[in-house]
Amino acid sequence: MARSGKSSAKDVLVMVGTRKGAWWLRSDGSRRKWSLTGPSFLGHIIYHIVLDPRDGKTLLMAARTGHLGPTMYRSTNLGKSWKEVERPPAFPKAPEGQKGRVVDHVFWLTPGHASEKNVWYAGTSPQGLFRSEDGGRNWEGVSGFNDNPNRSLWMYNDQDQTPDGGKMHSICVDQRDANHMYLSMSGGGTFESTDKGASWRPFNKGVAADFSPVPDPEFGQDPHHMALHPLRPDRLYQQNHCGIYRIDRPEERWTRIGMKMPKKIGDIGFPLVLHPRDPDMLWVFPMDGTSVWPRVSPGGKPAAYRSANGGKSWERQDKGLPTEQAWFTVKRQAMCSDNGEPLGLYFGTTSGEVWASRNEGGSWQCVARHLPHIYSVTSAEIER
Amino acid sequence: MRVHIPGPLRSYTRGAARVEVPGESVAQVLKELDGRFPGIRFRMIDEQDCVRTHMKVFVNTEQVHDLGRPLSAADEVIILCALSGG
Repeated sequence: MARSGKSSAKDVLVMVGTRKGAWWLRSDGSRRKWSLTGPSFLGHIIYHIVLDPRDGKTLLMAARTGHLGPTMYRSTNLGKSWKEVERPPAFPKAPEGQKGRVVDHVFWLTPGHASEKNVWYAGTSPQGLFRSEDGGRNWEGVSGFNDNPNRSLWMYNDQDQTPDGGKMHSICVDQRDANHMYLSMSGGGTFESTDKGASWRPFNKGVAADFSPVPDPEFGQDPHHMALHPLRPDRLYQQNHCGIYRIDRPEERWTRIGMKMPKKIGDIGFPLVLHPRDPDMLWVFPMDGTSVWPRVSPGGKPAAYRSANGGKSWERQDKGLPTEQAWFTVKRQAMCSDNGEPLGLYFGTTSGEVWASRNEGGSWQCVARHLPHIYSVTSAEIER
Repeated sequence: MRVHIPGPLRSYTRGAARVEVPGESVAQVLKELDGRFPGIRFRMIDEQDCVRTHMKVFVNTEQVHDLGRPLSAADEVIILCALSGG
């Protein structure tokens, strides 16, 4: 696919959410020099910071602290000032005598369809789907998911989840049709809706769940990150607990494209980044998923892997990264691209470093260090 | 009713460590508190009306789990963050 050239007239803002607050990296379009500011919300756990692409200036930030319950902050001026939302996501109060669900934290944020300018979606831990129709100020549960009679089958009970709690993430809205959505859950699998969330069906054929006693289960898989390509919305990729996958709709069965990764590296990881102008190009950042699942860079030698052909082959990209004794992890929200030409890539580590590439992963530069454990790295183009 | 606000919640009370709100039960006091400082209640009480895991509510020296606990005019409500974290 031909790449369109991109002017570098705008600055690039990289928004870093950590276990102890948010930090901001800014560069001009050359992306050679970066300035770091922050912290904002020092002491808050920041799970996700997302720009609304529909207006280019509204940010939502999912936060909580160790003691205080979950909330969300909203900025309409690219982070210059913030206001807490009026009604953050919360499950309904259970009838007397019944045990109700409790949102521990908002884990994932997705702006809605371009035609629905004030709609946002949020995924929570434990797994719940919420929708705002007023730009993120007030949130309501999506009953078609949260009250679905099959929900407890799909994702087990809240107490049966991973140690930090089950997560809903990777909420994708098909920009051809606001009614068509996907989402993923760790654990639970990937699901599809064609009626704006009123009903959902499992969408996991071909995805391994080697931790499950059920062979080829209909649901219960553990997708770590799923993404739909903006230019080819029938193409989806997913980085799963059990490999890397691609599907081209109307196919119903995912293909494990991670089998072409080097065997000593494997195809386990958290993040997944798609090239916004090339549906065949994607990046992953493998981690060690062997034995007791250390979830660190394999062999202490971190590297991104890029495929330029939809996963038929993979290329190691580690120039500039530590060559030994680097045992960090890159979490699922902590790797992203900008929209530049060539594409810029960014990832944040559990050891508090932010690395940037301004040549599509050809080389890497550490642009921030000594930050807290990084949960989220997202980017925005902004006016100078 | 005097309510003691822990440090992490004072961003809501504009720095005040103690505030006065009316109420004949802990639940009423918390509702009044939220009316005056919107959002503060949900940070310490979850959507099932339970005190969050790492928060504690005392009436004088008695830890309270039932928000229906009645209050008298001389009582003080003390909101604490548990000793936990890292």
